[in-house]
Amino acid sequence: MKLIKSQQDFFSGLMFTVVGAAFAYGATQYSIGTGARMGPGYFPMLLGIILAILGAFIIFYSLVEHTEDGEPIGSLAWKPLIFVIGANLLFGICLGGLPSLGIPSMGLVVGIYALVIVASLAGETFKLSHVLLLATILAVGSYLAFIVLLKLQMPVWPTFLTQ
Amino acid sequence: MDLITNLGIGFGVAFTPVNLLYALVGCILGTLIGVLPGIGPVATIAMLLPATYALPPVSALIMLAGIYYGAQYGGSTTAILVNLPGEASSVVTTLDGYQMARRGRAGPALAAAGLGSFFAGSVGTLILAAFAPPLTELAFKFGPAEYFSLMVLGLIGAVVLASGSLLKAIGMIVLGLLMGLIGTDVNSGVARFSFDIPELTDGIGFVTIAMGVFGYGEIISNLAKSEADREVFTAKVTGLFPTGEDIRNMIPAVLRGTALGSVLGVLPGGGALLAAFAAYTIEKKTPLKEGEQPFGQGNIRGVAAPESANNAGAQTSFIPLLTLGIPPNAVMALMVGAMTIHNIQPGPQVMTSNPELFWGLIASMWLGNLMLVILNLPLIGMWIKLLSVPYRFLFPAIVLFCAIGVYSTNNNVFDIWMVAAFGVVGYLFLKLGCEPAPLLLGFILGPMMEENLRRALLLSRGDWTVFATRPLSAGLLAAAVLLLVIVLLPSVKSKRAEAFVED
Repeated sequence: MKLIKSQQDFFSGLMFTVVGAAFAYGATQYSIGTGARMGPGYFPMLLGIILAILGAFIIFYSLVEHTEDGEPIGSLAWKPLIFVIGANLLFGICLGGLPSLGIPSMGLVVGIYALVIVASLAGETFKLSHVLLLATILAVGSYLAFIVLLKLQMPVWPTFLTQ
Repeated sequence: MDLITNLGIGFGVAFTPVNLLYALVGCILGTLIGVLPGIGPVATIAMLLPATYALPPVSALIMLAGIYYGAQYGGSTTAILVNLPGEASSVVTTLDGYQMARRGRAGPALAAAGLGSFFAGSVGTLILAAFAPPLTELAFKFGPAEYFSLMVLGLIGAVVLASGSLLKAIGMIVLGLLMGLIGTDVNSGVARFSFDIPELTDGIGFVTIAMGVFGYGEIISNLAKSEADREVFTAKVTGLFPTGEDIRNMIPAVLRGTALGSVLGVLPGGGALLAAFAAYTIEKKTPLKEGEQPFGQGNIRGVAAPESANNAGAQTSFIPLLTLGIPPNAVMALMVGAMTIHNIQPGPQVMTSNPELFWGLIASMWLGNLMLVILNLPLIGMWIKLLSVPYRFLFPAIVLFCAIGVYSTNNNVFDIWMVAAFGVVGYLFLKLGCEPAPLLLGFILGPMMEENLRRALLLSRGDWTVFATRPLSAGLLAAAVLLLVIVLLPSVKSKRAEAFVED
């Protein structure tokens, strides 16, 4: 007999309990007040406690309830997780630069190439020529749609070229 | 009859070539931008608001209304095609719409959304014209206690939406409510849970959460499956338009959605959104006909009803705005902004002091809806083509549009970091079998719930029984309890059955 009948439920219960407790603890930093005069901490405290209790119930059920295959969580998909999120972060760095590290803003166009190339690494097949073609189409399309038509305010080219 | 003369004035204003043109331009712009994932009506109107400064007030409002409907329609399109709700009220559309698209039935889903919206929009416009004055009285009857109870009902309704465990769905709602509280407390000015990050004092953006949790989370878990069994979409697209059977299933759903949307839309506070959720809940409780797809697996009623409801609600949500001057949601708040820019003070006096503006706007809403159907039905074929793009090309594009979308809402890179964080969180939710839709609803309602709870208890001097002693509030809470009981009963039964099998 496995101790945890449903892994998914067990860990989501754990998540709810921890997050709820964290919110409730955080709420103690603000004034709680009374029902008639609620402070900023009152509602978060109430909800945090409810969430923590709910989480505890879910954990309890995950230990006693019979489920057929136990709903295992399975392995995490590290590759897509890292590349998709990484691509997004890289895009942010390209747009805004990292002043603390002295990295200048590279602008939208460089950002699009970086994002598309890194995100494509998350897939199973990676063909550089296809990826570069896609990036070019998206870069031209985005430039026309967002910069020319919608006039969104964002850096387009690297700052060292425009200054 | 007053109604006819009034509508006559309205159509007289709306049918001038210039205003027709602005309505058309608004609809096209709205659709184009609304189709981009991550950019919903709020962002679209905010971006295009400056473009209307130079226009005469009536034309400006007509164009903005066109943008609003266009963006809403475009938002449903992405909800169906790529599972990205462009705005809160199309969250429900993703549940069955996306499943239909995966089964090669994106065409009927889009047509159902379009036709349902048009019908609901027409009815909503008529209701708006006929009942604007008496319906505002209903909104007056709602005190804070009633709002709070209504939101409880709405959230319980959302629980029914989740396909998995009830407890987990409630957990997600509470988590969403808590996340909605992040940011500056309106009453005391205290920045809550902001960890001294200046961007967090404004709270987390809806777009950020929606994109991260729905967009990135879904992409990551799609990529985790091997290419062969990913099957994002079945290659075969069966029929662009609904079959006779689809239409027979759709009609009652559209009618129910329209009725619900028209009523709930009047209530300030996300009426269209609640309407969409409530309409879906009702459809889910209506027994399936023989041979119908179960809900959550691509039932056309699950697209038609919420889409009709949110469009009817969007229409009637103009009632509190035009008659009371209270913006019921963010889009309407922007409309108030647009009105004041043009020196029009929104409120009851608009109807009498600017009748041509009031009725012209109402008439142009109907025209806008008509234009959207005419625009969008032929475009369905084009949207479907989008689905035949291989996923390895589609997903980097979605990641890109999400990133640009969140950046453009505040022009701040911080939102890009946030969407990355929520992408990880969203993937975690999927791994743990937690449905994200209730979280989003809780997130939106969180601040409103707190505000109304606070007011209700302030008025009752801390006495919690106020929720049960006020008849309207008690009725709403009773409905919520009833709903819970209904949901619980079958699951209790099935659990018992399971236990028996195992023993």
